[in-house]
Amino acid sequence: MTRRFNMIDLDCANCAAKMEAAIKKIAGVEDASVSFMTQKMTIEADPDRFEQIMDQVVKTCRRVEPDCRIVR
Amino acid sequence: MSKRQTKMLYRIIAGAILLAAAALIPYAGPWRFLLFLPAYFMAGWDVLWRAAKNIAHGQVFDENFLMALATVGAFCTGFFGEGEYPEAVFVMLFYQVGELFQGVAVGRSRKSISSLMDLRPDYANVERDGQMVQVDPEDVAVGSVIVVKPGEKVPLDGEIVEGSTTLNTAALTGESLPRSVHAGEAVASGCINLSGLIRVRVDRPFQEGTVAKILDLVENAASKKAKAENFITKFARYYTPAVVIAALVLAVVPPLFAGGWAQWLQRALTFLVVSCPCALVISVPLSFFCGIGGASRQGVLIKGGNYMETLAAVDTMVFDKTGTLTQGVFQVTEVRPEPWLNREQLLELAALAEGYSDHPISRSIREAWNGPADPARLSEVEELSGRGVRVRVDGKLVCAGNRKLMEESGVALPQEAGASPGTTVHLAAEGRYAGRVVISDRLKPDAAEAVARLKAQGVQTVMLTGDARAAGEAAAKALGLDQAYTELLPADKVEKLEGLLARQAPKSRLAFVGDGVNDAPVLSRADVGIAMGALGSDAAIEAADVVLMDDKPSKIPLAMAIARKTLGIVRQNIVFALAVKALVLALTAVGLANMWLAVFADVGVMVLAVLNATRASARRQAG
Repeated sequence: MTRRFNMIDLDCANCAAKMEAAIKKIAGVEDASVSFMTQKMTIEADPDRFEQIMDQVVKTCRRVEPDCRIVR
Repeated sequence: MSKRQTKMLYRIIAGAILLAAAALIPYAGPWRFLLFLPAYFMAGWDVLWRAAKNIAHGQVFDENFLMALATVGAFCTGFFGEGEYPEAVFVMLFYQVGELFQGVAVGRSRKSISSLMDLRPDYANVERDGQMVQVDPEDVAVGSVIVVKPGEKVPLDGEIVEGSTTLNTAALTGESLPRSVHAGEAVASGCINLSGLIRVRVDRPFQEGTVAKILDLVENAASKKAKAENFITKFARYYTPAVVIAALVLAVVPPLFAGGWAQWLQRALTFLVVSCPCALVISVPLSFFCGIGGASRQGVLIKGGNYMETLAAVDTMVFDKTGTLTQGVFQVTEVRPEPWLNREQLLELAALAEGYSDHPISRSIREAWNGPADPARLSEVEELSGRGVRVRVDGKLVCAGNRKLMEESGVALPQEAGASPGTTVHLAAEGRYAGRVVISDRLKPDAAEAVARLKAQGVQTVMLTGDARAAGEAAAKALGLDQAYTELLPADKVEKLEGLLARQAPKSRLAFVGDGVNDAPVLSRADVGIAMGALGSDAAIEAADVVLMDDKPSKIPLAMAIARKTLGIVRQNIVFALAVKALVLALTAVGLANMWLAVFADVGVMVLAVLNATRASARRQAG
């Protein structure tokens, strides 16, 4: 399942790249893309555990850039 | 500027004033650094705060941390010798200026692109109990009739049931010339109704309509990253740690042998300033984003940075013929009567004889004649499949069809009545040859120009068509194509394309242009599939990598020019940023550069790269 999320206050391009790399390493995530330009995140992950995986994604992103929020 | 950015601007100005004030106070004692602290905190408290937070999260090579370290370090040099207090504050200040500028520039290009993607309609007018009510387009059911008034956006795809108007399709196609539409014709959502009131029967829910498709496509485009972008993010991942380690080595190793700790520490701190990879990381996706945005303004949708990259490397453009280079509409292009009758008589004969058939060719003959159809004049209609018709017109036996029919009917054909580009209908009356009518598909007016411009860009042009050899080759010659393969069945087209792909040089790419109608396999097989005339055709939008909203072949060289320009900008930015950083690092290591130069190099490069990137979206008639 692929879903797209809006991101608020994603301020730095390098952080977006770091987030993307970190999210891809989460178990259950098949593909991920964080676009600094459109302030959007695309996650392709196991549909059965999607919400759990998203919790992890949010945590990961907060570690990279604490100010950035993901609209779920 | 957003509220946050305005606040930042005030902070920067306040910081600059405090810095100037501190610099002007003529006190040089050991407590001098206190004078600069207000300016420093005014400019950079958030950087320090974020650096501290990120350290707690284990993000060591974060740019906030690097900046904090470099500037705090510069303050600390005061303990060794002459304190670099103004430098420290200035570096922080300038860093913030750069960040602010980047934020504003990115926000601006984001806005300009999303505004041209401002296709989403706010409401649809539906009549309920004789009252016009505005509802959310997503709530309109298929089959219901909506009203679109002049000046409104068409909210949903459908067919006009009443009224006629002119539509502005610029938001979808980039074409500024309005299009006139009448009852019975399809309208796409996202067009703007210019002149008349129309009633439209909705034939697709909003989520499957043109607007939803395009928005989805554009939003997705940013997630398909180009190789250049992946390269640069990977590079950044190694670059920063490498420079930081180099800084550490620089701070410790040389002074162990030669002494002069303060001097080497300063150089190391300068390294840290240069270690931020942001200029690189921002400029590449920004360039692609601007390029994709600029292209979509021209009615060319590129589905991702990766496709833009491939498109820029295309050196062979393969075209489908019908509907791509030609209009896909059959028209009588030649009427050649025998000497015993005139042009009008021949056309009339042909139109009457073909009066019963609904074949596109028959229809085009009737249209060319433009006279009244009169079934009473016909009798004994006999359709001969694969040959034509035999019919009595006003009692006279008339044959209309191909060469085979003439031979079967014992009609002698004149010698020169041979090959001609198109479909030839021969006519005979009472066994006597009367002449021929040639029907062909018109070339699009800008097809030849498109081919010429592609050739000027060094692109090989090839045509694949299912048409007869004579017709295909005549079209290829008229357009100046390099190669043409004719009489191909759809499966042959894939095979031919694979043959062409096998012959490609390793770094060059091949693109296929089709109209999306039954050429999906070829579109997906090519390195880049370009579909045209996508307005209202889902198949084309799905199958292709590059979508031309209108059906103009001249958009192809334009798309290629935009792609090449964007890739050029990407390359310039990468090379320029890397070269400047390398130069400053080298100069710093040998002591020829100081922190002032380093921060100029870092922020200045970023500003230039961002400005250069936004050039990709500039409207330009490329050639």
